[in-house]
Amino acid sequence: MKKLPVILSLLLLSSGAAFAQKKPAAKAPAKKPTAGVSPALLAAGKAVYTQNCLSCHQADGGGVDGMNPPLTKTDYVLGDKPRLIGVLLNGLKGLEINGEEYRSVMPAQTHLTEQQMADVLTYVRNSFGNKASAVTVGEVKAARAAKK
Amino acid sequence: MKNHLTRPLLLAAAVASSFGLYSLTSRPTVAPDADNAGLKLPAGFGALVVAETGARARHIAVTPQGTIYVKLNRAKDGKGILELKPTAGGKATVAGGFGSYGGTGIYAKGGYLYASSDEDVYRYKLDAKGEVTNPAQPEKIVSGLLNRGEHESKSIVLDNAGNLYVNVGAYSNSCQEKDREKGSMGRPGCPILDSAGGIWQFRADKLGQTYGTGTRFATGLRNVVGLDWNAQNNQLFVMQHGRDQLHDIFPAMYDTKQSAELPAECLYALTKGANAGWPYLYYDPVKKQKILAPEYGGDGKKLADAKYLDPAAAYPAHTAPDGLLFYTGTMFPAKYRNGAFIAFHGSWNRAPEPQKGYYVVFQPFQNGKPSGPWEVFADNFAGSAEKVASGRADHKPCGLAQGPDGSLYVSDDKAGTIYRIVYNQK
Ligand code: HEC
Repeated sequence: MKKLPVILSLLLLSSGAAFAQKKPAAKAPAKKPTAGVSPALLAAGKAVYTQNCLSCHQADGGGVDGMNPPLTKTDYVLGDKPRLIGVLLNGLKGLEINGEEYRSVMPAQTHLTEQQMADVLTYVRNSFGNKASAVTVGEVKAARAAKK
Repeated sequence: MKNHLTRPLLLAAAVASSFGLYSLTSRPTVAPDADNAGLKLPAGFGALVVAETGARARHIAVTPQGTIYVKLNRAKDGKGILELKPTAGGKATVAGGFGSYGGTGIYAKGGYLYASSDEDVYRYKLDAKGEVTNPAQPEKIVSGLLNRGEHESKSIVLDNAGNLYVNVGAYSNSCQEKDREKGSMGRPGCPILDSAGGIWQFRADKLGQTYGTGTRFATGLRNVVGLDWNAQNNQLFVMQHGRDQLHDIFPAMYDTKQSAELPAECLYALTKGANAGWPYLYYDPVKKQKILAPEYGGDGKKLADAKYLDPAAAYPAHTAPDGLLFYTGTMFPAKYRNGAFIAFHGSWNRAPEPQKGYYVVFQPFQNGKPSGPWEVFADNFAGSAEKVASGRADHKPCGLAQGPDGSLYVSDDKAGTIYRIVYNQK
C-alpha cells in the first residue's frame, strides 16, 4: 500500500526529467527572432482549435455577440500567460471581457493534453490579428502545478 | 412681417388639403424606403427604417396610439427602455427613455406597459395618449427570478384573463454535471427544472409576486425568447431555443454536419402542466421524432419517452427564434391573419458549417394550429449571403410587434434598427 505514492512520485519525477530534456529541443524552431512560431506548430494548434473552440469562438476568432467573446486582441489572449492557461484549466463564467458581458460559459478544457493546450493557445496568440509569444508545455505544466 | 403671416397660411392650406386626401383613402399610406430598408419581402410589401436607436433593441411594443417602446439589452445612458414617438411618413424619433435596467421583455396591454429585467417584471401606467405616466416609479409585479448568466432573458406576454407569462430559461445547455464540457453526463432528475427551464404564470395586476406566489405553467423548455398568446384558441405558444453542441460534447456520436442540423428549433403549443422534455430529449426534424439526449443515455437513435409534448412545428437548427407574434391585423392579405411571424436572430452553433437565419418567417395557421409549410417572409437583415454564412450579420432580428394599422415592427439587437413592414397593394 505504502509503495504506491513512492512509485507515483517516481513516475512524476521521471516524466519531469523527460520533459526537462525535451524542452530545449522544443524551443529550437522558435529561434527565429521575428516570426517566432513555426507553421507546423500553428497547424497543430489550429487542429485543436477547430475541434474544440471553433464552434463557440468561430472560425475567425470573432466570437458571438453577447454569447462568446472574441479572441482578437483581448487582455486575456495577449496578457499574462498563467491567467490565459487558467482559462483552459478551469473554464470561465460571468466575467466581463474588454467591457462586454457574455452570457454563456467557457467550459474547462481538461480533456486536452498539456501539449494540445500549449499548441492551441500559441495558435490563438498568433492568429486573428494577434501576435504574441508562444505558450510552451512547460508553462502549461507550471500553471497546472500552481493550481494544485 | 408679411412672410411670417403667409407661411402659416400656406401651411394651413397644405394641411387642409392633405386632410382632404386622407379622408378619401381608407388608411394613410406609409411610404416604404426606396430600398425597402434593405429587406427582401414578398410582392406588395414594403419596409422602412422607423428609427436607428444605435442600441441593442430586444423586444418591442407599440401602443394603440402608435408610441413605440423598445427594451434594451443593456441600459444606454442610464435608460433601459426607449420611447419613440411617431413622425411624418410612418417613421419615429427617440423621444426619451427610462428604466435603468437592461433586459428583453416588453409588452403593452390593457392600459399598461410591462417590461422585464433579467430578474424582475415591472409595469407602467399608460395614459389616453398611450404614453407612460410614471417612468420613474413603476410597479414591481414579480421579483427574484433566477439569473445565472446563461439564458437569462425574461420574455413576457399576457393572456386575455389577466395572467402574465414569464420565461425562465435554464442556466445550462443540457443539464450536464459540467455545463458544455466534453462527455459530461446529465444530472439525474435535472434539478434546474425546479426554478428554471420553463414558463411561470403570475397575475398581471398583483404587486410583489415571487416564485412562491407564481405557478410553474410549463416545464422542460430549455430557453424561450419568443412567445405569444394565440387569441383564436386561447393558448400560449412558445419558441424554444434547442440545445447546442452535440458534436462538441459527443464527437463519437455526431459529426459536425449532424450537429449543425440537430436539433430543430421548435414551436410548442402549451397547456397548463405541459412538459416539453428538456434536457432529456431533443427533436430530430428529419426523423420527426423525439430523441433521447446523449447526456441521458441516448445514442442519436434511441427514442425519448413518448409522454413528453410534441412540437407544433419545427424550424432549422440553431437559428435562434427570438420573437413570436400572432398577426391579427387587416393590413396584410387574408392568408396572414392569425398566422405566426417568427423572428430568427440567426445561428452561431452551426459552425464550421455555414450559419443560417437572420430572417423573419411566416408560419400559416388555421383554427389555432400550424397549417402548411412555413416560409421566409422578410430576409436579408444580414446584408448579404456571405454575411449569413459567416454569421457576421449587419442586423439581427429579435422582437416583433403589430402596429395599430396592422404594420409589422421588427427590432434588431445588433445595430439597433427598428423596421416597419407594410402592405400597400390594394
Ligand atoms: C461552449 C462555448 C465555448 C467553447 C467550446 C470554448 N469557449 Fe472560450 N469562452 C467561452 C465563453 C462564453 C467565454 C467567456 C466567459 C466569461 O465571460 O466569463 C470564453 C472565454 C475564453 C477566453 C478568455 C476571454 C477572451 O475572449 O479572451 C479565452 C482565451 C478562450 N475562451 C479560449 C478558448 C479556447 C482556446 C477554446 C478551445 C480550446 C475555447 N475557448 C472553447 C465559450 C467557449
